[in-house]
Amino acid sequence: MKLTRRTLIGSGLTAAALLAAPSVFGQAKPKIVIIGGGAGGATAARYLAKDGAGALDVTLVEANPVYTTCFFSNLYLGGFREFESLQHGYDKIAAGGVTVINDLATGVDRNARTVTLAGGQTLAYDRLILSPGIDFKDGSVPGWSVEAAEKMPHAYKAGPQTQLLKSMVEAMPAGGVFAMIAPPNPYRCPPGPYERISMIAHLLKQKNPTAKIMVLDPKDKYSKQALFEEGWAKHYDGMIDWIGPDFGGGAVEVRPDSMEIVVDGTVEKIDACNVIPGQIAGKIAQIAAVTDDKGWAPVHPENMKSKMDDNVYVLGDSSAQGDMPKSGFSANSQAKVAAMSIRGELLGSKVFPAKYSNTCWSLIAPDDGVKVGASYQPTPEKIASVESFISQTGEDAALRKATYEESLGWYEGITTDMFG
Amino acid sequence: MASRGSIRLALVIGLLAWEPAIAQELGNSADGARLFKRECSSCHHVGAGARNRVGPQLNGVFGRRAGSIEGFKYSKSITRMGQDGLEWHLETLDAYLTNPKSLVSGTRMNYRGIAETEDRSAIMAYLREWSDNPRDIPEADPTASKPEVDLDPAILGIKGDREYGEYLSSECTTCHQSDGSDKGIPSITNWPAADFVVAMHAYKRKLRPHPVMQMMAGRLSEEEIAALAAYFEEVQ
Ligand SMILES: Cc1cc2nc3c(=O)[nH]c(=O)nc-3n(C[C@H](O)[C@H](O)[C@H](O)COP(=O)(O)OP(=O)(O)OC[C@H]3O[C@@H](n4cnc5c(N)ncnc54)[C@H](O)[C@@H]3O)c2cc1C
Repeated sequence: MKLTRRTLIGSGLTAAALLAAPSVFGQAKPKIVIIGGGAGGATAARYLAKDGAGALDVTLVEANPVYTTCFFSNLYLGGFREFESLQHGYDKIAAGGVTVINDLATGVDRNARTVTLAGGQTLAYDRLILSPGIDFKDGSVPGWSVEAAEKMPHAYKAGPQTQLLKSMVEAMPAGGVFAMIAPPNPYRCPPGPYERISMIAHLLKQKNPTAKIMVLDPKDKYSKQALFEEGWAKHYDGMIDWIGPDFGGGAVEVRPDSMEIVVDGTVEKIDACNVIPGQIAGKIAQIAAVTDDKGWAPVHPENMKSKMDDNVYVLGDSSAQGDMPKSGFSANSQAKVAAMSIRGELLGSKVFPAKYSNTCWSLIAPDDGVKVGASYQPTPEKIASVESFISQTGEDAALRKATYEESLGWYEGITTDMFG
Repeated sequence: MASRGSIRLALVIGLLAWEPAIAQELGNSADGARLFKRECSSCHHVGAGARNRVGPQLNGVFGRRAGSIEGFKYSKSITRMGQDGLEWHLETLDAYLTNPKSLVSGTRMNYRGIAETEDRSAIMAYLREWSDNPRDIPEADPTASKPEVDLDPAILGIKGDREYGEYLSSECTTCHQSDGSDKGIPSITNWPAADFVVAMHAYKRKLRPHPVMQMMAGRLSEEEIAALAAYFEEVQ
C-alpha cells in the first residue's frame, strides 16, 4: 500500500503505531482468513472484499459447500417453505473476490498466525475472523448425546437434521405426542424454539389434529411469551402444554432408544422428540483458545475483536459480547462493524462508531407474524441494549399479515447481504 | 475574531461528531449492592429466593408494571398508578428513587429518597442484574441509555458525507434490497435526498409508525441522516 498524507490522516493512526505494525503494512496484500460461512462469516467476507476493493486477500473457510439457513427453517417445518429455498451457495461470494475453501478448519496457531484445514492445507493470516456458530454442551440433557440426534434430532443447525425432524413429526401416529426439550439460556435465537412449536402445531393441525405437543423448559420465561401464548390459544387451542421448571421442565431425562422421557420421575412415552441442548461456542473457537470458562468467546464491544488476541475477531453466536441475542441479524450486524475495524487496521480507512441492531420475526400461524427488536451500542464493558420494541398482543390481522410479509422481505435482504 | 469560547465550542462539536458514541452505562453494581444493603434491604429483597417483605421483592423489576406482584398489598396510589400505566424502567425508577412521594404521592414507601445521581445509578445497576437479560429475552428493558446524538443542524451545516453514508447504509441493507427491488420491504435506493431526510425525521419523531424504522432513525444524528441521504441518492 502506498502511504499518502491523506491515508495517514484518514487512518487515525500515529506514525509510531504504523511503525509498530510493519509486517502488516509492509506486505502487498494483508491476509484475512474467515472460518465459518454463515450469517457472520459470509457477511464479513463480502464486505471485506467489496469495501477493500482488491487491497485485501480474503479467504473464507466453510465446511459445507451449501449453507442452509436456520432462519426460516421453522417455516419449512410448518410447510410454508421448500427446503431448497433455505439453501445458498458461495458462488457469488467467490465472484466478489473471496477465495472460498470448502473444508473443515481443525487447528489455529495464534502465535504463528496460521489455520490448518482437515485437507492438510495451512493458511497464514494477518487477521482471523471466527464465526463458527454453536456447538452443544455435553451432558446438558441427561440421556442425550450428539449421536442420539438421529433418534431425537436437535435441528438447531439447519440441514439434514431439519428434514429428519419434519419427517418424524409427519410420521407421528394419530393422536400421538410430540415433545420438545427447550434449551437453557443463553442459546441461539431466543424465540426460535417457540416459533418451532407454532409451526409444528400448524403442521399437526392439518394432518393430525388430535396430536399433542409438550414443551419441557428449564426457563421460567422466554422471549415473546405473551405473544406465543396468545397465538397458541387462538390457533391451536388445547394442543400445546408448556411445562416450566416448577413442574419438572428443568430436570428431564431422555431415553432415545425407547422413545421415552422422564419428567419429575414419571416416564412418558412419546412419538417424536426434539432435544435442543445447552450450547457453547463453535468448536474451532475452543480450539483457538479464545473462549472463557462458560464456553463463549469474549470480545471488545466496540469492534468484536477477541479479548484474548488482537489479531482475532469473533462474530455471531460464538461471541460473548453483552446484550445482543444470538441471531442471524445480530451476526450480520456485528460482521459489518468488524469488517470496518479490520479495514481501518490494515488499510488505514476511516473507522466510524459501531452501531448494532437486531430484529427477529416469528410466524405463529398463516399470516400471523410478530417481531421483537432492539438497538445496541458499545459501553466500555459490553454491547448494551439502548432501545427495544415488541409486537403487541391483540394486534389486528392486517398488521400481523404485514409483519409476516416484512419478514419475507428481511429474508431476501439478509441472504442477499450475506451471499450476494 | 474567534474567542477562546468559540474555538472550544468548535472543538467540542468536532469531537461530538466523530467520537464513537458510547452509550451511558448504569453505575457500578458492586457499589449498588452495598448501597442497597444499607438503604433498602430492611424492606426489600432481591436475588435468589427473594420474597415480599415490608416492600415487594425486586426480582424482575425492570419492565414490570407498578403494583403488579400478585399477593402483595400495595398502597391505593401505587395500584392506581399501575393501572394508569406506570412501569418501572430506567427513568421511572430513577424518579422514584430520587423521591418516592414526588412520583407517587400516596405511596407507603416512607423513604426520603436518594439525592446523588451516582448512587441511584449504582442501585439500579445492582437491581438490573436481577431482571431479564436482553441477550436471552430481547424485549427485556434496555441496560443503558442512548448517547445524545441529536446535533443542532444549524451548527453543523449539514452536508452529507457519502462515505459515512455508505458505511451506515450497511445497517439498512440487512433488510432493504441493495438492488432497489421491493419484496415486502420498500426500496430506498435513488431517493431524492430531501425526501429521504424528511422520511427519516418523521420516523425519528414517531410521526411515521413503523417500530423498526422508528428505532433505526431514532438513533441517527442529523449528520448521519444527511450522510445516508447523500449515499442513497446516488446508489445505482
Ligand atoms: C430454528 C432457528 C430459527 C432461527 N431463526 C432466526 C431468525 O428468524 N432470525 C435470525 O436473525 N436468526 C435466527 N436464527 C439464529 C441464526 O441462525 C444464528 O444466530 C446465526 O446463524 C448465527 O450466525 P453465525 O455466523 O454465528 O453462525 P452460523 O450461521 O451457524 O454459521 C457458522 C458456519 O460455520 C461453519 N463452521 C463451523 N465450524 C467450522 C470449521 N471448523 N471449519 C469450517 N467451517 C466451520 C458451519 O458449517 C456454518 O456454516 C435461528 C436459528 C434457529 C436454530
